[in-house]
Amino acid sequence: MVNVKRIVLDVLKPHQPNALEFSQAIAEAGVDYRINLIVLEMDENTETVQIELEGKAIDFEAIQSAITDMGGSLHSIDEVEVQNETDAG
Amino acid sequence: MSLLNQARFLLDITRTREIVRRYFVVNGFDGALTMLGLIIGFLVSAPADLSVIINVCLAAAIALGMSGLSSAYISESAERKHALGKLERAMISDLQGSAHGDATRWVPLLIALVNGLAPLVISLFILLPIWLALAGVVLPVPPLHAAIFVALLLIFLLGVFLGRISGVTWLRSGIQTLLVAVMTAALIYLFTGN
Repeated sequence: MVNVKRIVLDVLKPHQPNALEFSQAIAEAGVDYRINLIVLEMDENTETVQIELEGKAIDFEAIQSAITDMGGSLHSIDEVEVQNETDAG
Repeated sequence: MSLLNQARFLLDITRTREIVRRYFVVNGFDGALTMLGLIIGFLVSAPADLSVIINVCLAAAIALGMSGLSSAYISESAERKHALGKLERAMISDLQGSAHGDATRWVPLLIALVNGLAPLVISLFILLPIWLALAGVVLPVPPLHAAIFVALLLIFLLGVFLGRISGVTWLRSGIQTLLVAVMTAALIYLFTGN
């Protein structure tokens, strides 16, 4: 089975919820998710953030849904790390 | 997320916590002063039956509650829709299905409930001694005087609450609001007491 281990996303989000609440909401989508959020750019109503997410098996649909629920908009997937964990035997 | 946490979250993302607090104090104060005025009005007038006093005060409290509920809902609903439209233009996307869309639907209702319930609940507390007297409970003081005491106490507590928010000494803030109530009572006596 091929699992996504790490993903870096470029996201446009409103100022509220703030970076902390936004990261927490994404982390809640999986039990072992580790998030690193960096604010890249900020204007009057929005901010562009880079979200780096690590986990054993990242559920991309759930992540995208969490981002949309918080009012964010996924602009691009900048980096991906996947691993084939299929048992060779 | 529990209902309370969800409400807190929606108030936070719309930055309306302060508005809720302000509405609570402003309309709560309105309710308390209106009841104080009505009860003093009854005190300086020809003695009236307690059931008449209750009916008049309750009618005024319900009207205050409905006024607070409807006016806050209409104005906050318009404000939230305007804010959502502004955010949607900035995000260049539809936010109806997001937390911001939920906030646009629920926050006006939450604010309206606080704005409507604050004067109603405070008024009901003030009317409690009159109700008790009407139910046959013997009070140490006449019911109208007891109701005035409750009104002054609640007004003082609203001041204490404001003091805690602003960082001013609670006693000073409480006395400030109490002075407003005393001035109101004095004006009523001046213009109506023969």
